[in-house]
Amino acid sequence: MDELSIKDTYTALGLSDFEYDRILELMERPPNFLELSLFSVMWSEHCGYKNSRPLLSRFPNDGPRVLQGPGENAGVVEVGDGWALAFKVESHNHPSAVEPYEGAATGVGGIVRDILAMGARPVAVLDSLRFGPLDEERNRYLFREVVRGIGGYGNAVGVPTVGGEVEFDRSYSGNPLVNAMCVGLIRTEDLMSAKATGEGNLVVLIGSKTGRDGIHGATFASDELSEESESRRSNVQVGDPFAEKMAIECCLKLLEGNLLVSLQDLGAAGITSSASEMAAKGGVGIEIETDKVPLRESGMEPWEIMISESQERMLAIVEPDDIEKVLALTERYGLVGVVVGRVAGHGELRVIHDGEVVGGVSAGHLADAPTYEREVVRPKYLDEIPKVNLNKLPEPDDFNEVLLKLLGSPNLRSRHSIYEQYDHEVQTNTVVRPGADAAVMRIKGTKRGFAATIDGRGRHCYLDPRGGGAATVAEAYGNLSCVGAEPVAVTDCLNFGSPEKPDGYFQLAECIEGMAEACEVFGTPVVSGNVSLFNETDRGAIFPTPVVGMVGIFEDVSRHATPRFKREGDMAVALGGVGSEGVSLAGSEYLSVVHGEGSGSPPEVNLAVEKKVSDLVRGMVRSGLIDTAHDISGGGEVVAVAEMALAGGVGFEYEEEEVGRMVEGQGRGRADLAFFGEESGGFVIAFPEEKWDDVQEALGVDGIAYDTIGEVGGDRFKVGNFIDLPLSEMKEAYERDLFE
Amino acid sequence: MNIGVTIFPGSNCDRDAMRAVELVGATPVQLWHADPDLKNVDAVIVPGGFSYGDYLRPGAIARFASVMGEVERFANAGGPVLGVCNGFQVLTEAHLLPGALLQNMNLRFVSKRVRVRVEARDTPWTAACESGEELMLPVAHNEGNYFADADTLARLEDESRVVLRYLENPNGSANDIAGVCNEARNVVGIMPHPERVSDDLLGSDEGLKILRSVLVGAGV
Repeated sequence: MDELSIKDTYTALGLSDFEYDRILELMERPPNFLELSLFSVMWSEHCGYKNSRPLLSRFPNDGPRVLQGPGENAGVVEVGDGWALAFKVESHNHPSAVEPYEGAATGVGGIVRDILAMGARPVAVLDSLRFGPLDEERNRYLFREVVRGIGGYGNAVGVPTVGGEVEFDRSYSGNPLVNAMCVGLIRTEDLMSAKATGEGNLVVLIGSKTGRDGIHGATFASDELSEESESRRSNVQVGDPFAEKMAIECCLKLLEGNLLVSLQDLGAAGITSSASEMAAKGGVGIEIETDKVPLRESGMEPWEIMISESQERMLAIVEPDDIEKVLALTERYGLVGVVVGRVAGHGELRVIHDGEVVGGVSAGHLADAPTYEREVVRPKYLDEIPKVNLNKLPEPDDFNEVLLKLLGSPNLRSRHSIYEQYDHEVQTNTVVRPGADAAVMRIKGTKRGFAATIDGRGRHCYLDPRGGGAATVAEAYGNLSCVGAEPVAVTDCLNFGSPEKPDGYFQLAECIEGMAEACEVFGTPVVSGNVSLFNETDRGAIFPTPVVGMVGIFEDVSRHATPRFKREGDMAVALGGVGSEGVSLAGSEYLSVVHGEGSGSPPEVNLAVEKKVSDLVRGMVRSGLIDTAHDISGGGEVVAVAEMALAGGVGFEYEEEEVGRMVEGQGRGRADLAFFGEESGGFVIAFPEEKWDDVQEALGVDGIAYDTIGEVGGDRFKVGNFIDLPLSEMKEAYERDLFE
Repeated sequence: MNIGVTIFPGSNCDRDAMRAVELVGATPVQLWHADPDLKNVDAVIVPGGFSYGDYLRPGAIARFASVMGEVERFANAGGPVLGVCNGFQVLTEAHLLPGALLQNMNLRFVSKRVRVRVEARDTPWTAACESGEELMLPVAHNEGNYFADADTLARLEDESRVVLRYLENPNGSANDIAGVCNEARNVVGIMPHPERVSDDLLGSDEGLKILRSVLVGAGV
């Protein structure tokens, strides 16, 4: 290669001049094309965390229940009774933007394999999705196909999709977010590692054959989306959930027989990343014979084989004595099972083809992508966000209409038309099905269980990156608390625009700071995660959208709560609300849906108080005092109560005096502010009247604000003289199919 | 009593079915697709999932699995066989049950709990239910839209071979059919998943009535 074509080549592979010079320095010779390809995929943002690694170190990673923090395929926390949970969230945004069905499907497939690589049986999937508004045909197409893809893969692979969230906003037009989280269950003594050890041990490829799909997918995922992206459809992998199901059962059988030294899934950058990470972790080398890899296309070059992102493949390290048993099992499950290399002492990822060494790079060098730290500069837009001017905001005349409009808005409407496309009960562990604040799962053979939630607050993070980051963690903590689970740890997916632009880098840095502060206060360390940057189109960057997946634990899973009103005559109490300024319309759903505005900075989050309120609600659920609880979020208190009535199929009537108090108090004279104003840390609970004394006693302890608000019953929803609607009419608006 | 549960590549409710079998006090026995051996079981469940990836057509490949020859022999000799979801699809493909399961009317996968009515209790899989009893059972399928020609439907109705009927039809099934049996009434196919409502913690254990039926001895 002459000098010009060298520069063209590494530029086309996504490497900068600086990075190429660094490669020369490390290798002490020019790399050949294959070696350059290895660097290109391993030093992409997706694999190498070039822009985010220094910032990520801000997250707390340790805690009493943490068995495995970041650095393996998934984080692991201890449940008790010898059980542990492995969990992680990952993005598949770019592939889903150009090929939504396969992009979403393989997103699920990839995260399920991450959990499998820990040795755990995948038991639950959740997903967090963002799309542009449904008034654009392209967005409707992406939404429909992403949901179909998640279902098409998750349903077939036999892992229930038990929870998630979806939001629509203009900033995601053309750049949807598809984040999938998986939770797996494992005995603590069976935890696996992806660390390769033992010179002479064999490297076995298990699963599907290798094709050209997804070549340079990791590099593609680390670039902005443009018209050209459409032509990169071939960078998107194609999923085969059937093969994955077989790979799950086969690998669990192999682990059960103690036949594996270590296990790793093949994700972004294929064999290259898996093998080099395994080698780097174990401080050893790995030799891969590319001619041994079973192919489904002819004429593939060694470099293509090394970076192919063909799905449903795992890489295992096996002791030579066990190899026969391993290959017999892969055959039983109808899978590819082939020795493709061995562990070596030289510390390199060495590629051999037809007996000839065609490339070799130190595994340590591949794992050590250069990092970039940039100056954190406050963007101008933050000082230009218009404040909400209540004086100029007309109060609505017809509150019935406002409530119906809110309940029917795409961001607040029931998600049943989505989750009914997902099998959420397979494996028979699902105690609380989708539609509640968090999914609740049992652990068979014990009284224990766990809860999982996934939350993001893009608009909030845009308007106030640090506060929004903290509020995202707080929301997840609140969601787990109100089902009654003790929150234990976090996995995060950081969806941002380009870190190479000052606004994007500021948002990334500040959101991480806010999240880290919240994780410290709540005692929920970050044990795994994923970063998706460059989420930009020609229309600009997405809202900065860190997504938090959180798991919590039950000692007794039968003691849990759901939002559904359960009995006529139950009393309802609203409690909490921790903002210093009370509820606010800034950045609220009401403002956006009814007045078409996105202005104002949401109220600040008081993390310490928020924790106190969440802990109090959880305590009441755990002691069996209440079985009905819901957090107040988008749409404010009245929407939260309406959701509880709709879920239970039973009406509700606010107390007359309470409505007056609300309007004068938290509404400062305005009913819309009182009913639909938002703040974090608020909950609504319900219980039979005879428990009121005990509830009052529990509420009194911490000096937390609370109000009795009304009574469950009948078939209408009434809020003083403002709202009076039959439940059936609300249901019609709320349950309208999102795909119509 | 030993109840066999077939396992095809891609079955994903086999473990759930085996656990439910245990819960009703019977002994579950794994029947691997490649082994033409029913291991002397007293009844067979063909569980849900995506056998062979549902490639070609749900159940179309599974019916040719080695174990299915034995299941057919067992069924034709009067042994109790229950197909659930994908298992129902397999049994229609194997011509052990009439009709076919087409793609859902709205072309979407449907996963929810639906009310069904027990229309016939003289089968080994409904004998423990009351006649006309209503059950709330989960469905989760993409191809559950029961179809048969008019003559077959008329015959099924005349011979009381509609075993379960939807009270809210989730998929467009003809005559709201959720499950049918063969002429000899020993082979039953149903789309809802009884094994999923097997514990109060999961909201109900009504599904166990279906599985318990085979123990009480059916009026076959």
